[in-house]
Amino acid sequence: MGGRDATMVLLDENGIRCDGRKIDEPRRIMIRAGGLKNADGSAYIEFGNNKILVGVFGPRDVHPKHMSNTDTGILRVRYHMEPFSVTERKNPAPSRREIEISKVIKEALEPAVMLEKFPRTAVDVFIEVLQADGGTRCAALTAASVALADAGIPMRDMVAAIAAGKVADTIVLDVNNEEDQAGQADMPIGYMPSLEKITLLQLDGVLTPEEYKKCVDVGVQGCKIVYELQKKALTDKYFGKGGD
Amino acid sequence: MTSVSVIDELKKIQILELLEQGKRIDGRAFDEPRKLVIETNAIPHANGSARVRLGDTEVICGVKIQPDRPFPDTGDKGLFICTAELLPLSHPTVETGPPQPHVIELARVVDRGIRESHMVDVSQLVIEKDKSVIGVFADNVVVDYDGNLFDACSYASTAALLTSKTPKWNWVDDKPQLVEGGETALPISTIPVSITMGRIGNHIIVDPNGDEWDSMDARITITTDSDGNICALQKGGSDGFTQDQINQCGEISVRAGAKIREILKEAQKGSQ
Repeated sequence: MGGRDATMVLLDENGIRCDGRKIDEPRRIMIRAGGLKNADGSAYIEFGNNKILVGVFGPRDVHPKHMSNTDTGILRVRYHMEPFSVTERKNPAPSRREIEISKVIKEALEPAVMLEKFPRTAVDVFIEVLQADGGTRCAALTAASVALADAGIPMRDMVAAIAAGKVADTIVLDVNNEEDQAGQADMPIGYMPSLEKITLLQLDGVLTPEEYKKCVDVGVQGCKIVYELQKKALTDKYFGKGGD
Repeated sequence: MTSVSVIDELKKIQILELLEQGKRIDGRAFDEPRKLVIETNAIPHANGSARVRLGDTEVICGVKIQPDRPFPDTGDKGLFICTAELLPLSHPTVETGPPQPHVIELARVVDRGIRESHMVDVSQLVIEKDKSVIGVFADNVVVDYDGNLFDACSYASTAALLTSKTPKWNWVDDKPQLVEGGETALPISTIPVSITMGRIGNHIIVDPNGDEWDSMDARITITTDSDGNICALQKGGSDGFTQDQINQCGEISVRAGAKIREILKEAQKGSQ
């Protein structure tokens, strides 16, 4: 998604990363619940330089009808990147990457949403990546959880997400775009903190079994930080700025 | 595979009840994959090929190797691309047409496992820097379905790559020219093995068969390399895992992967 600068120092001798963060420090995260008038629920997230908008509709009638399920509601997720969201213009048609990410985000959200309460209906989640800077699937999943809650859909928990990874032989939290391009491993994690369940997990890059365990743990701890910001976004909207 | 009938529900209950007693529906141990049978050089027109049966799941992989243009930002590396397709003869529910999301995921997960392990050393597949490189295409077709296509396609691709012969090209008059009789083995640096595990209730089972696949709460595919390191992972399915279960799956994938790697090595030896 971007070029790689071979001279860039990923981790200096003081343990400071290329964008000035410590190894266990996430990027700046701003989440806003609501914002769209027509959607039943919505959220906007800025996660470092990622800017993502999520709109939720439903539970509503299913079209085409054959997709509906008499036992439960269904969740449909579309993750989509705008052509202007990356350095080189992206073809607006859904790529195979976007189709796969839509599927993993859907499967990460399903355990959280009480779809069985709404048989024969659909809940649609539309994720639009306005600007991408590494870690969009985690930021998108985080915002989608807030948008579902904003839509008033009964949920067991919210899914918080962040990536852990290996950069310059060190396990770090929240891999940014430069680190993803030049780093050694990237592990996006989605986690429901109250239910203590991992619902999204992917990895590319080589890790020893010990680093693997450490990476999962760093990611899970990071999700707990994100979770607090999700709750704050909802509190701010529904109970005013001083609500927390 | 998405429609749920009464029979499926009954089977799910039976599978779960058996697991509670420590048994699987086909009698395997929880961490035991099905019998893996590998036939290499099944398709002589391909540069390498394998026909793999994992239980009753059957996959054929053909590797084609040909000159190609490099990607603009990696002119010093050859191409490696792995695909997977479900043929309509593999299961009554498979239809022709554009690939469904679960097939796209399958192809991408199989590709990622092999790519991230750096199995094929693409830096050795350059004919003329920035102009022409060697492309290695591993195309998998599923011909019979009984669950766990991730591992079956991964084993088929790996076995086909291990037994592939790459032709040699020289750069002559600004185009690649084939060198007769210049075939060599592909540059291989490690043997990746993917292990897919399903979670049903609190039980983790390795290599779910078709019935188990339909009963899973969640699944996870972990690829390890020859050094016993973990190089790719994908969680799937409509539920999650606890952190302990994720750690447990990591350990199983290293242990079970080592045994499968020996079978792949035997298949490689057998073809020489």
